[in-house]
Amino acid sequence: METTYLKAINEALFEEMERDEKVFLIGEDIGALGGAFKVTEGLFERFGPERVIDTPISESLIVGVATGAAILGMRPVAEMQFADFISCAFDQIVNMAATLRYRHGGKVKVPLVIRAPSGAGIHGGLFHSQNPEAWFFHSPGLKIVAPATAYDAKGLLKSAIRDDDPVLYFEHKYLYRRIKEDLPDKEYLVPIGKADIKREGKDLTMITYGATLHLCLEAANILQKEKIETEVVDLRTLLPLDRETILNSVKKTNKVMVVHEDRKTGGIGGEIAAVIAEEAFEYLDGPVMRVASLDTHYAFSPPLEEFILPTTEKIVAKARELARY
Amino acid sequence: MEKDIELYYLMKLTREFEEEVLRLYKQGKIMGGVYCGYGQEAVSVGVTYGLEKEDIIFPLHRDIGACLTKGVDPKILLAQLMGKKTGFSKGKESFLHAGDLEIGFFGATSMLAATLPVACGAALKFKLNKEKYIAVAFFGEGASSRGDFHEALNFAGVHKLPVVFVCENNFYAYSTPVNLQMAIEDVADRAQGYGFKGMVTSGNDIHAVMKTMKKAVEMARSGQGPTLVECKTYRYHGHSEHDMATYRKKEELIEWESRDPIPRYEVYLEKKGYDLAKVKEEISVKIKGVIDEAVRFAEESPYPEGKEAMEDLYATPI
Repeated sequence: METTYLKAINEALFEEMERDEKVFLIGEDIGALGGAFKVTEGLFERFGPERVIDTPISESLIVGVATGAAILGMRPVAEMQFADFISCAFDQIVNMAATLRYRHGGKVKVPLVIRAPSGAGIHGGLFHSQNPEAWFFHSPGLKIVAPATAYDAKGLLKSAIRDDDPVLYFEHKYLYRRIKEDLPDKEYLVPIGKADIKREGKDLTMITYGATLHLCLEAANILQKEKIETEVVDLRTLLPLDRETILNSVKKTNKVMVVHEDRKTGGIGGEIAAVIAEEAFEYLDGPVMRVASLDTHYAFSPPLEEFILPTTEKIVAKARELARY
Repeated sequence: MEKDIELYYLMKLTREFEEEVLRLYKQGKIMGGVYCGYGQEAVSVGVTYGLEKEDIIFPLHRDIGACLTKGVDPKILLAQLMGKKTGFSKGKESFLHAGDLEIGFFGATSMLAATLPVACGAALKFKLNKEKYIAVAFFGEGASSRGDFHEALNFAGVHKLPVVFVCENNFYAYSTPVNLQMAIEDVADRAQGYGFKGMVTSGNDIHAVMKTMKKAVEMARSGQGPTLVECKTYRYHGHSEHDMATYRKKEELIEWESRDPIPRYEVYLEKKGYDLAKVKEEISVKIKGVIDEAVRFAEESPYPEGKEAMEDLYATPI
């Protein structure tokens, strides 16, 4: 039976809570309701209110409490109801959780996961559509993952829970019920820090993560008919970047574009372009190009949102431009 | 050391340690900000004295006394203040922004009140695991204006967490007087809004502090939930050593200096029949030994190498 992206996250939580009683969940409406998106459905019934803790509307508190429990050996998974709300917890993430180990001389572990449903395409408007990963990409001491498939969603979350550092886990809510696949019966993990080549190709590379992976794969199918063989690299982990996989693909295809749903200016694509320019400049046959959301807010009305977001058509057009070099 | 003498020793050690810190600061051996708790020793020591090793304290930048009372080695503390490799943070961070969880001492950040949610997390862990330990979170009255304070107290009240919130009300948030910070007189009143008790005590009287703390600690340890203990006190120095505190009236400082917790405690010792001159002499010799050793250790300790700035970021580097 095929498992949805959403169910894969739910299964990862369930399995890790069964495996390790130090794992607990904390967030808003995650208990009896099962979460605003039903990601934690059934967990409250199975594990009870001490391990699936509903909180007041206090995002900073949620992260702070999770951090306090984590430093004493617990393995909390905190939920932001929407990734947009993570701004309320910004200080606890970048100044508290991210700095703890460093300023305690390497003697403290912070095995904390913060799950945050991110992304647009659901007519969520300004405060239910954002992709806040770049805010945290700049912060040392954090790890950031952003799965695009059900397989990766499950395996990465299990790895994040077992990791001894604070991990931000951005799950793209557009994918929750739209993406599904057969998952292995046997337990598996997806390592943090490793990108995955979702499609091999020799003519150009698309580097992406999250929901735009699926647009890139669609675009690659279209481009194939035009005899352009596209390699699609799914970063999966954003911090730290898997430079090796990125650079190897650049050296193979010599043409590269970065595609992400986050806004273009200050987005992760800029850093990837810089890494490539610094470390693989002589392999490039063309400029590193970017397809990303336009530099505005995620507007609500459908024509506005469609205009802002990356689409398969925009990706194909940019790829054709790049292929001509 | 008997308890009466030990309390005296800890308050005196705190004050003299800070005086040494100031000397080193003026010699350029301690860089950055120096935040003295001069005048607040009875809070720092009285709150922490008698806690279990596994209890965890979340001190303020001004709580050198709490650290020393919790069992921090003065040598390591001074090395920390001097940015030496032998400090808690191995030179990564200054002053009390580093801690040692092995003795239950958590390093704060400069974002005041940010430790309060973290203290709730530690308390939650104790509660979930049915451990009898507690968290003690210090904050200034200034921090009670921040959202983290309110989020933390609210959550602690809802879950009856084993935590004591200790307000060191010294009447100034840097330069801002308390009347511009809040429209109420006692921070303790805020506890009521979160479903638990707030108690006000004299922060310059170590016995008053300890008596109030005893009730709060018993509540927390017996599962009856949090308490807010507000200690009214005063810092003699500015916010940090570069601050001349010209925003305060001299008369006010004199009034508070006349309520200094240490001479006050000396009166207690004398009334209790101790030979004060002898006690003072013995304590002074002991403290001199401890501080001299700390200075020697810290001065002889190496600075970290530049490249160590890249260490200790991750527990599992990729």
